[in-house]
Amino acid sequence: MSPETPSRRRERIDRGIKVRTQGLYALMSWRELCYLILPRLVLIVGLLGLPIMMPGMYWKRVISIVCIYALLAIVFDFLAHFVGLVSLGGAFFVGTGGYISALLNTKLGLAPLICVPGAMLLGGALCTLLLLPCLPLRGVYFAIVTLMYPLLLARVIEALNIIGGTDGIMGIDSFPSAWIEQYLVIVLVLVFLFGLRRLVNTDLGLVLRAVKDNDQAVKASAMNITYYKALGVFIGACIGCLAGACLVHIYMWAGISTFALDFSVLPIAATVIGGSGTLVGPVLGCLILVPVSELLRDFGTLRIVFYSLILLGFTVFRSEGLMVYGQRKYHQFERWKSI
Amino acid sequence: MDILIYGTINSVTLALYALGFALVYGVSRLPNFAHGALYVLSGFIAWSAVNTLGLHYLLSVVLAMVITALIGSAIYLLFLIRVRGMAISEIIASYAIALAILESLRWIGFKGMTYTLPAFIDGSTSIGGISVDYQRLVVVGAGAALVAFLWFFTRYTRIGLALRGMAQDERAALMLGIDSDVMAVVAMGLGSMLAALAALLLLPLGNIVVESGYNVLILAIAVCIVGGIGSWVGAVMAAFLIGFAQILTVVYLGAHYQMVVALLAIILTLILKPSGLFGQQKELEERV
Repeated sequence: MSPETPSRRRERIDRGIKVRTQGLYALMSWRELCYLILPRLVLIVGLLGLPIMMPGMYWKRVISIVCIYALLAIVFDFLAHFVGLVSLGGAFFVGTGGYISALLNTKLGLAPLICVPGAMLLGGALCTLLLLPCLPLRGVYFAIVTLMYPLLLARVIEALNIIGGTDGIMGIDSFPSAWIEQYLVIVLVLVFLFGLRRLVNTDLGLVLRAVKDNDQAVKASAMNITYYKALGVFIGACIGCLAGACLVHIYMWAGISTFALDFSVLPIAATVIGGSGTLVGPVLGCLILVPVSELLRDFGTLRIVFYSLILLGFTVFRSEGLMVYGQRKYHQFERWKSI
Repeated sequence: MDILIYGTINSVTLALYALGFALVYGVSRLPNFAHGALYVLSGFIAWSAVNTLGLHYLLSVVLAMVITALIGSAIYLLFLIRVRGMAISEIIASYAIALAILESLRWIGFKGMTYTLPAFIDGSTSIGGISVDYQRLVVVGAGAALVAFLWFFTRYTRIGLALRGMAQDERAALMLGIDSDVMAVVAMGLGSMLAALAALLLLPLGNIVVESGYNVLILAIAVCIVGGIGSWVGAVMAAFLIGFAQILTVVYLGAHYQMVVALLAIILTLILKPSGLFGQQKELEERV
């Protein structure tokens, strides 16, 4: 009658070295230091070394695209898991930043290296302003609004035939040299990745996470949650617009396709695959997804099928993602215990 | 006069798009982003049944509706049931399904302008000096009949009452012995069948194209959000609101703005009154 009781179970325990490296004592030995530094060093050296290892212009361009998607994916992860706003509007940030940078460059004649930070701040402010009325919305509702914004802007540009209409804006300057173009995005990914990781552990990050977990409690502590949400969106929108501005200067063209759903969907897929809530995971996901989808380009639209099936599989069956799995294996070990 | 006639037809079209989506969302709170894909899929099933298998047209229509309902239920049982309640995973998973269905249809080779379904009745008549196809009249009649049928179905049959109970309060429904998973599967099957019905009524008016899957989804979402969740009356009223607004903009501004109207309606409704014009249930939950 009774189901067979298992005689043993698996338990998961932190590695000793993980516990030792949590405090100041990590500085006492090389082994602990290496344990801490090694994963970060692999990422930094790996990203910086990628362009040297890759042959040919084509794959160098792919790396730039990977980095741009990685920036968007970091933004998605930051907004969804540390501020509690699920924004499906990656394309909104890309489009706004891209168009602003393109206009600054073609109409005012500013150099790309000035346009990009300009577009970042202006675009961030503009996106925050447009999203401000939606901030009280939660969950699915915010997600749907942000999904609709880029579609709406694209249709408006198409219908009114303003700022280039369906042809887009052509004749945008590229970055001064290929190496700057290549390393700018890579360095930006690293800077914002480690910057945001640091930010979420500061006092401000604590408040943001509290807004995500229990906004009523934050309100009861006499803090203005709309202000903090807007701040979170501003940080995210700035990074997203920066990615858009870089993209426009790499392609030397800005058009309606910068509002395409790709920029909303692929970063989310990368976050789901890489591991959500880790900030590193999205970068890893992009490093896997974008090259794979480039390799599948010969198969036409079948590539979108493959990639949506991967997304479906990870969402439904393996929702923790690669990075969370990896971190668990790195920090903990498992053993059987008899009961 | 033509605004009135074409506005009505457009509104009924929108209501047909939205009813299936509203049913699934109302009962199991699942935003079924695969709705548009199911719409297009059923069109292609009917087309294949007629042209490849050589079946009679009415038979293949019924067949397409049944198959689509089964596919919808299977999607729910295999994938969506596992992410139930996690709103974002639901959206991502169902959107991934939609992409997979639509893009594999495109890959198989269903693209271009060559795929059309025959109309139920050919020819046209004129109402007040405006010529209208019989098929469009069939659409309006079928839409009205469908709304009436759903009204009776959700009030006088056991399954319909159970669905309404789920939509109003899932826990109370569970306590009264209504199995929420079974009901959610039923709702998903019915919703898919309604998508198929809409497709088979409306596709004879034009070509079957894969891209329309995305537009149908946006329009269905627009109608459901403006109308309010779980409110049938709201969905129908919103369909008329958006339908006439679209026709008016087409007449006075230009055809480009048709989609802008729907998108603006979504954004404005969510900003100003997220529970929709006629929904009262979730107002407190959605807003901080």
